[in-house]
Amino acid sequence: MDLTLYVWRQKDAKDSGRLEKYPAKSIDPNMSFLEMLDVVNEGLIQQNIEPIAFDSDCREGICGTCSMTINGIPHGPERGTTVCQLHMRKFKDGDAIYIEPFRARAFPVLRDLITDRSAFDRIIQAGGYVSINTGGVPDGNAIPVPKVAQEEAMDAAQCIGCGACVAACKNASAMLFVSAKVSHLALLPQGAVERKRRVLNMVGQMDAESFGSCTNQYECEAVCPKEISVQFIARMNREYLQGRVLPEA
Amino acid sequence: MTDKVQRITSVFSSSIGKKLIVAFTGVILTGFVVGHMLGNLQVFLGQDKFNTYASFLQGLGELLYVVRGMLLLAVILHIYFSIKLALENREARPIPYAVKKYREASYASRTMHYSGIIVFAFIVYHILHFTLGKVHPQYYHYIDPKGRHDVYSMVILSFRNPLISGTYIVSMFLLAWHLSHGFSSLFQTLGLNNARLRPVLGTLGTLLAWAVFAGYVSIPLAAWTGILKLPPGVLP
Ligand code: HEM
Ligand code: FES
Repeated sequence: MDLTLYVWRQKDAKDSGRLEKYPAKSIDPNMSFLEMLDVVNEGLIQQNIEPIAFDSDCREGICGTCSMTINGIPHGPERGTTVCQLHMRKFKDGDAIYIEPFRARAFPVLRDLITDRSAFDRIIQAGGYVSINTGGVPDGNAIPVPKVAQEEAMDAAQCIGCGACVAACKNASAMLFVSAKVSHLALLPQGAVERKRRVLNMVGQMDAESFGSCTNQYECEAVCPKEISVQFIARMNREYLQGRVLPEA
Repeated sequence: MTDKVQRITSVFSSSIGKKLIVAFTGVILTGFVVGHMLGNLQVFLGQDKFNTYASFLQGLGELLYVVRGMLLLAVILHIYFSIKLALENREARPIPYAVKKYREASYASRTMHYSGIIVFAFIVYHILHFTLGKVHPQYYHYIDPKGRHDVYSMVILSFRNPLISGTYIVSMFLLAWHLSHGFSSLFQTLGLNNARLRPVLGTLGTLLAWAVFAGYVSIPLAAWTGILKLPPGVLP
C-alpha cells in the first residue's frame, strides 16, 4: 500500500517545529506502524535526510514507551492498542496520515515525536509506592485480599504509564493516570495504610507539573491502550475528599 | 489552627478542590432549577393559587434574602472556578494538534462555557424582567382582585410577546443542554460514580435535562397559544 505521511519534525526542544510531508511507498499491510516508520526512515537515510525520531522499546504493548498521535488520536485508530501493536492493515491504500507527538505543556517535545514524560515519574515518586521498612519476606497469603478488591486493583494496575490519556484530553489532564495509581494501591491492604498521604501528594505533584484538570469527557478512557476506566477518577476524587476532610493522625 | 486554615485554603488551589467547588455549587444550582420549575408550574392552577404562591415567597422576609444570597454566592463561585479551571486547562496544552479527533466527548460537554455564559446572561435578564420589573415594565403593574401583585397576568402578558417567549425558550434549551452534561458530570466529580452507576446517571441526566426544558417551556408555550387564559378584566 502507498501512503502519504505528514510528520511533525522538530530538531530539539527549542526548535518551533513543523509538519513535513513524506511518501510511504509499497508498505506491507502486515507491518506494525513502527515497522512502517522504520521503512520510511531507511528511505530518508538513503536521501541523506535525518530519520524521524520516535520512542519505542518492547514493541509488544507492555512498556508504554511508544507514543504518538495518529490522525488526531493518541496511539491511532485501533481501540485498546499501543502504536507498536497497531498494524498497517487498519489503514487504506492512499490514506494521508498525520503523525504528531503527544501534546502537553507537561510533556515537552525533545525531538520529532519524542517527548519528555518524566513528569509521570515525579508523580510516582511523590507517592505511588508502598513504604517497606525491611524485614523478612511475608508469606504469600498472610494478608487476605477480597476478590473484588483484588480484581479492581489489577484493572487499575494495568496502566503502563504511556501518557495517551494526557495526549487525548483537551485539557492535557493526567487524572486517568494518577487515579489508576492511587486506586491500585488504595484498594490493597498493603497500600491502604498510606492512602491519604498518597493521594494528596500525588495530586499535588500532578498540579505542580502543570497538567490540566478533568472535565469528565472521557476521551482518555477511549484512547487508553489498557482501557483503564474513568471510574478510577471518581475513586480518586473520593479519596482526595476523604484525605482532605479526615487527615491522618 | 494555621495548619487547619492552610489545609482549607489549599483546597482552592488544587485542581480537584476547584472541581469540587464547581460540582457542589452545581448541585445547589440544579436543585434550584428543579424547585423553581415546580413552583412555576403552579401557574396552571390559575390566578389565585399562583399569586398566593408568589406572595408567599415575597412574604418570607429575611429568609428570602438568605436564600437569594446563597444562590448568588453559588453562581459566583460556580462561574469563577469554572472559568479559572478553563484558563488553566488551556495553558496545559500551549501547542495544539494539527489534527484532533474526539471519540467520546459529547457536544454538550465541549460547549459548557458557551451554554453557561448564555444561561448567566439569561439569569440577569430574567431577574430584571420578573423580579425587578426593569425591562418590560408595562407588564409589571397589575394588581389582582385580592390586591396582590398580579404575577399571573404579568407572566401571561409577557409570554404573549413572541420575542420574550422566544428568548425564554432558547435560554431554557441552553440550560437543559448545560445540565445534560453537568448532571452526570457532577456525580463523577464528587466521586459518586462507578461502572454500574455510570450508564444510569447518564440516562438520568438526559431525562432531567429534558424534563427541565419541557417543564419551563410549557409556560411560555401555553401563554402564547392561549391555553393559559388572562383573568377577566385584564386586557392585553
Ligand atoms: C442555573 C444555572 C446553572 C446550573 C444549574 C449549572 C449546573 C452545572 C452542573 C451540575 C455542572 C457539573 C459540575 C461538574 O462537572 O462537576 C456544571 C458545570 C459547569 N458549569 Fe454550570 N450551571 C449553571 C450555570 C453556569 C453558568 C452561568 C456558567 C458560566 C460560565 C457555568 C459554567 C459551567 C462550567 C464551565 C462547568 C464545568 C464544565 C466542565 O467540567 O466541563 N454554569 N454546571
Ligand atoms: S513499545 Fe512498548 S508499548 Fe509500544
